[in-house]
Amino acid sequence: MTYLAKPKFRHPDIEINELGFSHRDYEGSISTLCAGCGHDSISSAIMRACFELSLPPHRIAKLSGIGCSSKTPTYFLGQSHGFNSVHGRMPSVLTGANLANRELIYLGVSGDGDSASIGFGQFAHAIRRAVNMLYIVENNGVYGLTKGQFSATSDKGSKSKKGIDNPDSPIDLVSIAMQLGATFVARSFSGDKDQLVPLIKAGLEHQGAAFIDVISPCIAFNNHQGSTKSFDYVRAHNAELNTLDFITSQAPIGVDYPEGAAQDVRLHDGSTIRLRKLSADYDVHDRGAAMDHIYRLGRSGEIATGLIFIDDEPSDMHARLGTAKKPLNALADRDIVPGSAALAKINAGLR
Amino acid sequence: MQATDISDPNYFHKVVDCQWACPAHTPVPEYIRRIAAGDYTGAYLINWKSNVFPGILGRTCDRPCEPACRRGRVEEEPVAICRLKRVAADYKNGVAAYMPKPPETKNGKRIACIGAGPASLTVARDLSPLGYDVVVFDGEAKAGGFMRSQIPKFRLPDSVIDEEVGFALSAGAVFHASRRIDSMKALLDEGYDAVFVGTGAPRGRDLDLPGRKEAAANIHIGIDWLSSVAFGHVEAIGRRVIVLGGGNTAMDCCRSSRRLGGEEVKVIVRSGFDEMKASPWEKEDAMHEGIPILNFMVPKTFEHENGRLTGMTFEKVRAEYDDKGRRRLVPTGEADEFVACDDVLVAVGQENAFPWIEADAGIAFDKWGMPVVDEKTFQSSRSNVFFGGDAAFGPKNIIWAVAHGHDAAVSIDAFCRGADVADRPPPLMNLISQKMGIHEWSYDNAIAVDERFKVPTLANDVALKDIRKEVELGFDLKLGYAEAQRCLNCDAQTVFEAKLCIECDACVDICPMDCITFTEDGDEADLRQRLSAPAENLEQAIYIGNGLKTGRIMAKDEDVCLHCGLCAERCPTGAWDMQKSLIEMTHAGHACRSRA
Repeated sequence: MTYLAKPKFRHPDIEINELGFSHRDYEGSISTLCAGCGHDSISSAIMRACFELSLPPHRIAKLSGIGCSSKTPTYFLGQSHGFNSVHGRMPSVLTGANLANRELIYLGVSGDGDSASIGFGQFAHAIRRAVNMLYIVENNGVYGLTKGQFSATSDKGSKSKKGIDNPDSPIDLVSIAMQLGATFVARSFSGDKDQLVPLIKAGLEHQGAAFIDVISPCIAFNNHQGSTKSFDYVRAHNAELNTLDFITSQAPIGVDYPEGAAQDVRLHDGSTIRLRKLSADYDVHDRGAAMDHIYRLGRSGEIATGLIFIDDEPSDMHARLGTAKKPLNALADRDIVPGSAALAKINAGLR
Repeated sequence: MQATDISDPNYFHKVVDCQWACPAHTPVPEYIRRIAAGDYTGAYLINWKSNVFPGILGRTCDRPCEPACRRGRVEEEPVAICRLKRVAADYKNGVAAYMPKPPETKNGKRIACIGAGPASLTVARDLSPLGYDVVVFDGEAKAGGFMRSQIPKFRLPDSVIDEEVGFALSAGAVFHASRRIDSMKALLDEGYDAVFVGTGAPRGRDLDLPGRKEAAANIHIGIDWLSSVAFGHVEAIGRRVIVLGGGNTAMDCCRSSRRLGGEEVKVIVRSGFDEMKASPWEKEDAMHEGIPILNFMVPKTFEHENGRLTGMTFEKVRAEYDDKGRRRLVPTGEADEFVACDDVLVAVGQENAFPWIEADAGIAFDKWGMPVVDEKTFQSSRSNVFFGGDAAFGPKNIIWAVAHGHDAAVSIDAFCRGADVADRPPPLMNLISQKMGIHEWSYDNAIAVDERFKVPTLANDVALKDIRKEVELGFDLKLGYAEAQRCLNCDAQTVFEAKLCIECDACVDICPMDCITFTEDGDEADLRQRLSAPAENLEQAIYIGNGLKTGRIMAKDEDVCLHCGLCAERCPTGAWDMQKSLIEMTHAGHACRSRA
């Protein structure tokens, strides 16, 4: 946490994207989280991803609930739409906003408390309904704002800062998202932006329910010996399934890899996810096998990170419901008020 | 790469670009903070210790610090370091009480300084408090040398020179006025333990062109003319004046002419405007006073009629560069240009002259007539004779003379004690954490974009009427504070302790200038391209920390670091800390003889 505003100075040779923005233009106000918080790194990765994708900030809607993680949208994308909802209710608000305006890019930011406890049902239904969004959980396994109680994602046996073992089973949001039909599922680590940034880019571009569980060490209450969400533990037990590059349709596809080492996943909009497999027989398209694989890794204390599952042909809520193609605010009067003839037709159908 | 050795005083000294660039290595950020805190006396004394003449330099320095200033790399203009020095001098209070007093016991050694300019006065100031009997000889009635005779009074009033020359001599050095030394051998025969030659570069170059002799009455050598003006021997000049030359002396000549009756004063230079030797601000000041600077005109003849100068002809040229980038001036083929004038001031350079040093005095000279002087010790080929200032290596400026004086004093002190003159004392470096609380630092780290403030000046109609009226008014307290706040405190160093780092990336994320990167090790050229922002300024170091748990290294590009301390504020473990590096050069004296 800092009281200073970040100076407006920027590097004289700062990189500029297609829109003429630098990554500094994607910043929000200065973070009030604890120094070293993993969440700040995730904010930084989100800014970087939006910068690299040249997304116009005003086309992004960032929504969150309550908690340390849910404070973060204030700290990035200061020029975007934002909604800070009631605790655990972000998924409903996001679903509603998406129904009203399908043209914005939806970014839901939540935490383990907000999504795995009070908002667990909300989380489940937004995923199940295939809302076109990127849902990021900044998962630190602890209630930081209330001084360090175990959260629903704390691993069984993980130690609290006071040295007490967690007796309860954890909720693995990745497994839940897989089970509920999410069409893009990934896990990453706040301390590894090389992995996280491309995942966020791919998730933002995914046309369906995309979910990323980001392990984000809580420096103040969950970064000690015995914690399974500390920097040291995650670095020591990180089972990377793959690393990836996200290549937009405009950008040339660069480096070639030896056959078998890289797998290109072509997306419907022309962009490509280039996976470099680290786990040889892992198939990101096989939902069942993926669930099995991460379950086994989890059982052995390993944390599977990388792109876990992707459906190349996702569907979303609008397609399923057959809604209007335009945002509600762009519909003309004649679309909204079809006239008495149309009413008569509807009435006739009900007689 | 190797981890950076921050115990080497030069590492952080280089990060303080202004101090590194200053020949006398004045701790600039340290005194600017004092100004911001309203401690003008403290600011003055910090300056006085390093550069001896803060009030004089605050008006006249060539400011090598300002082009080096980091603010100039992240914004348009550097901090007005020079004029802040003047603020310290203008608003100081009672510094005389802090000046060294003559020592109670003398060491019995006698030192002669020849010439009472900045180099000799620095030697006198450094040595007399140590117990040396220092005598300073000068041909003029008052000490100060070219500071008094060459720099026009509208830039540097006598009162400022009097005060600071007085401080330099306050510890008992004796000034022998109006005694020009005309024989080195005779002086050496007087049995001094060491002699310091600080006689400057006293001879102005002439231009031997057709008509020079015939029109001599109205052709003046710039530096001679300036001293005649300074001492009141010349009080008028013709209505139309041509000043030849593009250095700072030419600027002083033309601005003085404007004040002595010159209405149409022109500066005419051979080469291009941009290549002129004069400092940009001195050119601006001249042009502001209605003096055009005409370039690419090579003087050909002095035109005269009935023994009276009527004007000059110039050949028009343009610059051509060969493949090695060497410039050649080639005629454009246009007709020569005649410029009418009543007087010409020739300010095309200065030369050294030592007619008073006998060939058999044991002092070797090179083929250009310059004394053979060691660049570090300032010792000549005769072990008890030392040179400094313009006399040593040709015309430079005051701050260089001061730097030479300090180094020569160290040598003379060593020589008189029978120590090795080549053994130079290391500088003192202090590195102290500036942390005062969770978000509190002992310096003001709120950095804002802010344009350089202009120094108020007299209006031209007032300034041009009186050659002794100081044209620059100096910053007032409010402007001085505002300008002081532009300093980035580059001496508040980002010190990294790898073993405390948990690699959380907080510093990388917060750094407004993308200076910090955690990455795989590599050689410097490769690493410079892999940083968060490429590090293209090879003059600036990359700070390397290694010993991190992941085996990566921390690489910080020092180039555009704002020293805002956000990395340290965001660091959860204190791996980053802001520590003030105070670097003081070691002058002659007991305390520093073996600081190491």
